[in-house]
This record gives sequence, C-alpha cells and structure tokens, in this order.
Amino acid sequence: MKIHEYQAKQIFARYKLPLPDGDVATTPDEAKEIAARIGKPVMVKAQVHVGGRGKAGGIKKADDPDLAFQMASRILGMEIKGLPVKKVLVTECKDIATEAYIGIIVDRKSKKPVIMVSAAGGIDIEEVARETPEKIHKLEVDPLLGLQSFQARNLAYLLYADRKIANQTCPVILKLYKAFIENDCSLAEINPFITTPEEEVWAVDAKINIDDSGLARHRDIEEMRDLDAEEKGEIEAREKGLSFVKLDGNIGCIVNGAGLAMATMDLVKRFGAEPANFLDIGGSSSPEKVVSAMSIILRDPNVKAILFNIFGGITRCDDVANGIVHAVNQLKPKVPIVVRLTGTNEDKAKDILRQVNLAATTSMEEVVKKAIQLSGMTQTSMFGS
Amino acid sequence: MSILIDKKTKVVVQGITGRDGAFHTKQMLDYGTKIVAGVTPGKAGETVEGVPVFDSVKEAREATGANTSVIYVPSKFAVDAIYEAAEAGIDLVICISEGVPAMDMLAVYNYLKDKKTRLVGPNTPGLISPGASKVGIMPGQIHVKGSVGVVSRSGTLTYEVVYHLTQRGIGQSTCLGTGGDQIVGTGFLDVLEMFEKDQQTKAVVLIGEIGGTDEEEAAKFIRKNMSKPVVAFVAGMTAPPGKRMGHAGAIIAGGSGTAAEKVAAFQKAGIKVAESPAEVAVLMEAELAKLKKKAKKPAKKKKIAKPKKAKKAGKKKAAAKPRKMKKPAKKKAVAKPKRAAKKTAKKKKATRRKR
Repeated sequence: MKIHEYQAKQIFARYKLPLPDGDVATTPDEAKEIAARIGKPVMVKAQVHVGGRGKAGGIKKADDPDLAFQMASRILGMEIKGLPVKKVLVTECKDIATEAYIGIIVDRKSKKPVIMVSAAGGIDIEEVARETPEKIHKLEVDPLLGLQSFQARNLAYLLYADRKIANQTCPVILKLYKAFIENDCSLAEINPFITTPEEEVWAVDAKINIDDSGLARHRDIEEMRDLDAEEKGEIEAREKGLSFVKLDGNIGCIVNGAGLAMATMDLVKRFGAEPANFLDIGGSSSPEKVVSAMSIILRDPNVKAILFNIFGGITRCDDVANGIVHAVNQLKPKVPIVVRLTGTNEDKAKDILRQVNLAATTSMEEVVKKAIQLSGMTQTSMFGS
Repeated sequence: MSILIDKKTKVVVQGITGRDGAFHTKQMLDYGTKIVAGVTPGKAGETVEGVPVFDSVKEAREATGANTSVIYVPSKFAVDAIYEAAEAGIDLVICISEGVPAMDMLAVYNYLKDKKTRLVGPNTPGLISPGASKVGIMPGQIHVKGSVGVVSRSGTLTYEVVYHLTQRGIGQSTCLGTGGDQIVGTGFLDVLEMFEKDQQTKAVVLIGEIGGTDEEEAAKFIRKNMSKPVVAFVAGMTAPPGKRMGHAGAIIAGGSGTAAEKVAAFQKAGIKVAESPAEVAVLMEAELAKLKKKAKKPAKKKKIAKPKKAKKAGKKKAAAKPRKMKKPAKKKAVAKPKRAAKKTAKKKKATRRKR
C-alpha cells in the first residue's frame, strides 16, 4: 500500500528524523494559515500517489502566506497523471547546499533489507541508477542482526567527506532503518536528503510503501489509506475478499487463482481483444463472492462480455456454478456470459448452469474465443443459441 | 526418483484440527500420502482422520519419525510454525498459509540458510510426486506419474498446465509451487538444480509470472547448468505496472519485472517459451520426441535397444543443446558402451556442476 508524503512524515516524526516544519492542508485558507504559522518561505506540495509531481507543476515555492494561498488554490483540484489533488503539504522551504538519496527496500534477490545511499540525490535518482549505478552505494543488512552503528556510519562517510555532516547523517540512517523494520515497509526513502549552507541535514521528502501482508498489524497505517486514490471497484473487491484490478478492455474475466487469472487475460489479448480486468475469486469460492465479482465487473460500461475460467481443485465447480446462477438471477446482466469449468464437481456444476441456460465448456482457449466472439452480441441472441 | 517427496515421506500436518488442515489431511490421505501426525497446541490426544494429534512438532517427530511438515495455520501464526518445525529438526517444511509479512520472511529465510531444513513457500500449493506422495492442496487426480518436472510460482495456473500435459500423455516426476510471495524459502534455482540431478526427470516446465527477477536468473542458470530441456511460460503480459496482481510478488515495480523482459531472457538463453498454457504441452511433446529420437539412434547401432539404456543415452545427448555442454555431451553420445555410459555420464554431470 502506498501512503502520502505527509503520512510518511508522520511516521518518520515518531522516529525523530529531521523534518522541516509543516502540515497538510485541504483548502487554500488552511495552506495560508500553516504558512503564516511557519513564518518563513514554504513549499506547497501536491499529495498524490504518482512520481514526478514537481515536473508536473505540483510543487511550488511560496515566499509568504498570500502566495501560499495562491499556490494551494492552483495545485488543489489539479490533476496529476489522472489523479486529482485533494491535499497539499505546506512545509518550510530550506536552502539546499547538497541533495543526497537514502532509501531502504525489501530486496527480493538478496532476501535482505538493502540500504541504498547516493550523493547524487534529487529528482533524477532513477536516471542515476540507470546511467551511473556506481554512484549508488548498497548495503545488505542481515535481518537477524539488524543494522549496526558502524554500518550506518560507513554509509554516512560514503555520502559526505565533511565529518560534521556525516555525523548527523549516521543517526538518520539508523532511525530510518528502525522505521522501515517496525512498520513493515517494502520501501522507505528520503529523497532528497539535503544539507543546508549552515551544514544542517533535513529529510525534505519522504516516501513509504507498506507490505500489504504486514498491514494487519498496523491499524494506524491502514487508516491512512487514501480511498480517493483508488478505483471504486478495487475498494469494494478488497472488502469482499477478492483481488481485482481494473483495466481498459471489454472482456470481463472472473478466474480462480492469480496466475491463471493473468494467463486468462493474456489469452484474451492473444486472441485479439483486451481484458477489462484482473479478478481472482480465491480458493474457497462461496456463491456470494461470485455475485460480488460479477456486480463489480458489470459496473464497468466497457464490459461487453464476461468469461468465467474456473479450475476446480479446492474450489468446487458447483459452488461457483451456484454463484453464477445467483448472480444472473440477481443482477440480470445484459452482456453475454460464458463459462469454463473443469475439475472438482464439474458435472454437477454443468447441471446447475443449465437452470439459467448457460452451457459450460472445459477448455480455456474455447471460452476466451467464445467471449470475444460474443462480445459484440446482445443477451437475447446468446441465450437463444 | 522424484524430488523432495516420495513414498517414504512421513508428513506431520501443523494446524491439523483447523478447517483447511482437516480437509486437506483427508485429501492427502486419500491420495496415499503417509500422514503420520498432526499438531495443534493444546489438542494432544485427539485424532483427525485417524491421525494422532500432538501439542508440538518436536513431540510429533519423536513419536512418529515425521521428516516433512505442511503448515495450514492462519498467516499470523505461520512464521512461528516454520520456526517450530525447523527447531524440531524437520527436513522439509511446506507453508501453504498466505499473507505472511515479507519482513518476517526475510528473517526466516536468513535463519534457515545455515540449517538443514528446507522451506517451500509460503503461499504455495505445495508439491506432488504423482503416484507417490502429495503434500499440499493441488487436485491429485489431474496428475500422472512421468518424467517431466514442473516448477511454478502459482497454483491454479500450474494445474492448468499439468492438465494439458496429462491430456497429451505426458506424466510428471514432481510438480512444485514455489509460492506467490516476494520472499520464499525455495526458488526456481533450487528446484531446477534438483530436477537436473533427478534420474526420473527428463525435462522441465517452468511457469513464471511478473515481478522480481527470478525468471531472468533461472534463464541464466538453465543455460549454464542444465542439460535437460526446459519449456517456459510467463503469465502477466497484459498486467499493468505498479499494480499487484493477486500474488504479493506479482507486481511490476519501477518498470522492472515485466513479462516481456522475462520472455526475452528465456529466449536469449535458448529456452522455448509457450504463448499459452496449452502450448506448454505442445512444446514439451516436441522436446520429448527429440529426446526419444536422440535416444533411438545410438540404440540402433548397439543392436539391442534396451529401453532403460536408450533413455539414458537420450538424456546425455540432450546435453548437446546448451552451448557450454557441447563437448562432453558429444563424447557421451558417441561412447555409450551400455553400462559404462551411465557411469561416465554421471561423473561428467558432477564435474560440470562443480565448474
């Protein structure tokens, strides 16, 4: 799960990381108030879940509270890469002498937390990573031992020749690591981490991604979820225990299992159409889940046909078939529905489906082809066939 | 022989009295798996499907000699269950539970590194050696015993592929799901290495998906270290970046981990990549036919074509495909005085691996 910069800074504040004064605003008036309280030039920063906010005009400097009001009114309501800006962070503007990068990730390759630091921080860190990877120093941390002070110190020395600055940076790295571990982050990052002409250090930006599997033990973070930033169907699906991702095509897909769901989408594409979604109904599929799944998909006006691809194992085909019957009776879909069922209780399932005049195939390729073929047709012609 | 589990495998089920644990215990017993014990703290003395329940894995192992554990406990207890099994000296731990935090898995992985215990999963369907043993949740009836090893990051997609293999009469040695999470105990490389060594396995199906770089590393490994043919499939060509596709590990992050990259890596390594689950079986049929052909030729020269030896020769010749192995493979193919050939082949393989 992604959280916003201001939320990440709330977490960082608990660990006493050096953060410039600031607060979040939802209106220009609030932004003005915050700027007045700070009493210094401020940055007004759009809070959206996309990179490149600055380049898109979502980050502006304001020298006084009135300008902060103006900037906030310009940024609030703007759309960045399709996402509306509903909040801005108003934060003290610091003079920048140098910009560094400090980040920690769960590294899939080494199976360890990996700390990355670079003296070439700032907005182009991705480019630095691509073009001059030698400028990024990496440290694999043994998760059983945790980060040791000497390791943090040595990283700080790699960043700064100036020992005074390095000595301020070492505790920052240790605190960031603690925050990373204790909050089940998959990423925790300060970019840029700046020094001022007065040789102070500040975490000017903050980014945290949380491992979904770890969220259960962080109620406070779960509450930070920005529902505005998420697709409505995706929110509902999560509440119903389904895994759903909306796409732009017109073949709705309801599948059991994530891998098979992806393979089904790929096959739709391979046969010349586009999938409308990814949807995994999971292992033990109760009829209610099937109804929820279909109602979420039917809300998308682009959907011209829905296909079910069920490989029964633990999932019983008759359970899914019952769900399909419920869903058809309840939701009265106007688009054709095609079903592939194979495995546990397949025959029972086929009998159940006959109640609503649906014939099931056993082949995945066949059901995908059929869905595409029918996606232009009306309900009556399909049920008539 | 299959890999990791066979008829002798003695299984302890952790979380046997739970809904999933009890259900799958029955399924596994029906398949013929030797389930010798179950564990649910506080329920010692009970039985589930006739299987005795113990309070701890240690007691279960001491009383029954269990060497393999399968975990069906809720995710928040899964890590504890893994540590308990490892501490009790279990050789192989299969964690079915889904939703284990990655942070916990980092610790588990690094803790187990120096231990004898191997972990498969979490978030895995488990593994099956058809006709011998099933430790997991896959439908047993779609599998038949044979010579193709299957390794995959997913569940139902694996069943789909296995179903096509079986329909074409291609049996399986062992099918293993590594698990859909970011951090898992056993990865592609571990399994590929085991399949390469396994006598029963003649060819391998690898099923990957978006996220991470495991497929890219597998491609490199196969090219360098494997003599047996591999057919690959990668799911998620249509997956958008930045969105988690069900599995915690199935996400294109920062523009890397795309299916296209993975397919390219396999193709670069000379590995056949199927475009659909059904095509996996078609490509595998062709690979097996090639092996047979190669096996037959030398057999004819020898006049008496004992099936067993013919198979061996086939394996040796198959080694000719990966570039690095050309030389030793040729030698083996030419010099196959029946029994001796077997031995030299083994030796050569061993030295190759050391390199």
